[in-house]
Amino acid sequence: MTIVFWILAALTVAGGLAAVTLRNTVHCALAVTAAFAGLALLFLQLDAQFAGFAQILVYIGAVAILVVFAILLTRESETTEHAVFSRTWLAGLCIAAGVFAVLGWAVLRSANAIPQQATAPVVAVKDIGNALMSRYVLPLEIVALLLTAAMVGAVVVAMHEKGDTK
Amino acid sequence: MVNTLDQIFVLLQHWIVGLLPAVLQPFAGVLLNVVAIIATFPALFAISVLLERKGLGRMQNRIGPNRVGPFGILQPVADGIKSLTKEDVVPFRADAIVHFMAPVVLVVIVFMGYAVLPMGRNMTLVHMDGALLFYFAMGACTELSVFMAGWASRNKYSLLGAMRAVAQMISYEVPLLLSSVTVVMITGSLSLDRIVEAQNQYTWGLPHWYIFTPWGLLAFLMFAIAATAETNRSPFDLPEGESELVAGYFTEYSGFKFAEFFLGEYVGMLSISGLGATLFLGGWSAPLEVLNFVPSWVWFFSKVMLSICVMIWLRGTLPRLRQDQLMNFAWKFVLPMTLLNLGVAALWRFMDGGWLRWVVCSAIVLGTYVLVGRSEMRRRHYGPRSYRYAE
Amino acid sequence: MNPLARYLLVAALVFAIGLAGALTRRNAILVLIGIELMLNAANLNLIAFWRYGAHPEALTGMMFAVFSIAVAAAEAAVGLGLVISIYRHVRTADLDKMNRLKG
Repeated sequence: MTIVFWILAALTVAGGLAAVTLRNTVHCALAVTAAFAGLALLFLQLDAQFAGFAQILVYIGAVAILVVFAILLTRESETTEHAVFSRTWLAGLCIAAGVFAVLGWAVLRSANAIPQQATAPVVAVKDIGNALMSRYVLPLEIVALLLTAAMVGAVVVAMHEKGDTK
Repeated sequence: MVNTLDQIFVLLQHWIVGLLPAVLQPFAGVLLNVVAIIATFPALFAISVLLERKGLGRMQNRIGPNRVGPFGILQPVADGIKSLTKEDVVPFRADAIVHFMAPVVLVVIVFMGYAVLPMGRNMTLVHMDGALLFYFAMGACTELSVFMAGWASRNKYSLLGAMRAVAQMISYEVPLLLSSVTVVMITGSLSLDRIVEAQNQYTWGLPHWYIFTPWGLLAFLMFAIAATAETNRSPFDLPEGESELVAGYFTEYSGFKFAEFFLGEYVGMLSISGLGATLFLGGWSAPLEVLNFVPSWVWFFSKVMLSICVMIWLRGTLPRLRQDQLMNFAWKFVLPMTLLNLGVAALWRFMDGGWLRWVVCSAIVLGTYVLVGRSEMRRRHYGPRSYRYAE
Repeated sequence: MNPLARYLLVAALVFAIGLAGALTRRNAILVLIGIELMLNAANLNLIAFWRYGAHPEALTGMMFAVFSIAVAAAEAAVGLGLVISIYRHVRTADLDKMNRLKG
């Protein structure tokens, strides 16, 4: 299965790279959708089917659509050809490289101490439902409250005020 | 003999796979199933297109196409040849890659949904525990391809059509999921095979289909409305209405790419009719116990074609809804009804069987339907319907 | 390299790419895209540890990831609403130009 893993990893990383380097913002949004799809397939390879399908449904089906709508609604006139990266791009790149170096070093150093569960866990959706209703009921209710608050907040923030110039 | 006819495709697949060497067998088995699906549903697409054109013609008091073949039966062949040989026009400023990928993505995603539909006894391609979740995940991705099509054409009208279509699809996705969740709640499983098996029981010769319960009827109605809106069919076809936005988000597509969009739309209709049949109409189970000798796949496909006929009927009968009417309808009528339906289904599940739960659930369903419908109408100052005939 | 280390490295790489995007791009929405990539990388980490760690039947990793997906969706909605609202004021989504507090 490792060849599949490398293909999916290449897809995800390429999508991520394209998302942060392309000039056209809609292309960036489509590239990040490809990265989300690659990640969903990686979840499926890790036998987390519920998480994989939820990732597709939520990220590709909702977050990506939100992002493209926001891009379309905040488009300046097409003629401006300003720089793609901000003035402080070098500092940002160095920080990101530093973070990756530290994380990669930590992973490779502790490679022998990581536990190895060879057999794949068989997770039925019923077990997830039971877990959500018994052990994780408090996070579930709080997430429900959070989603309601976020929905109301997003509508209020993005609403046209009564006397606003359009 | 009856059982053989029922399982004839499964036996055929086993026989063909048995002819191959053992190392290729799993791969060949899956490949054969996939090829069968890719062959069957475009054939059904051709039949539906013909049915639609002839049916709409008759509803509009005209004959449909009748030149090609006897009674116009070979019209889909002519349409196919036309689409394949037309020049492929790509606008100069269009985004070539995205413009190319949009119909491809649509067709691929729509065909993925068929992997979990139980088309007969033992005739599901992939047995998944979270099959319904997979189906809806694939449905959610179709919106992205619609947006890609509209944006890549660099055409104001295409973009407008695409944004309207996406707004409509995400608005109606919530009632679609919620009405399916009532079925999941009662069955106790997301697996479509289990849902069909739960409906395959008979009481006094009548089946336990979910449509024959009060909450199931309401859920089926809401599912049908949401499914018609999800596939951009009339009366929800403002994004692609010919008289509104030229052709909406596929204005700039010609030739084979347009045929791909067309294929994607109709195959999507067949797919969601298949899901509706599985969730509410009992999938491959027969309506009456005595009719079990008819093969299960005959029942599944007849239910799908019946739903297609109803969709065509709706297209020929109802006028198109305006965008704001459509969105109002989704958020202010269909969504509250589906939320209420969840409550009614829960009540049904936890009351003891018998006439009391029928009466209570039916009363709640009917009462709320009338109340919510009337309150919507009152806000728009509709009077009682008056007819005016031409003199 | 054992399987878990492979997944963790991919997650670290995606996280670093998201971080670079969030720190270097001018457009506010692309910063949000970078943040979404970082959240996704963290989810991958969680699922990888769930799969290869001890007690996967407790479902902790998967539940954490599912809740993280839900919270990220809510945060994306609010963030994008904010970007649209600010755009209405300053007519640009360029972060380098939004360097004043006076509205």
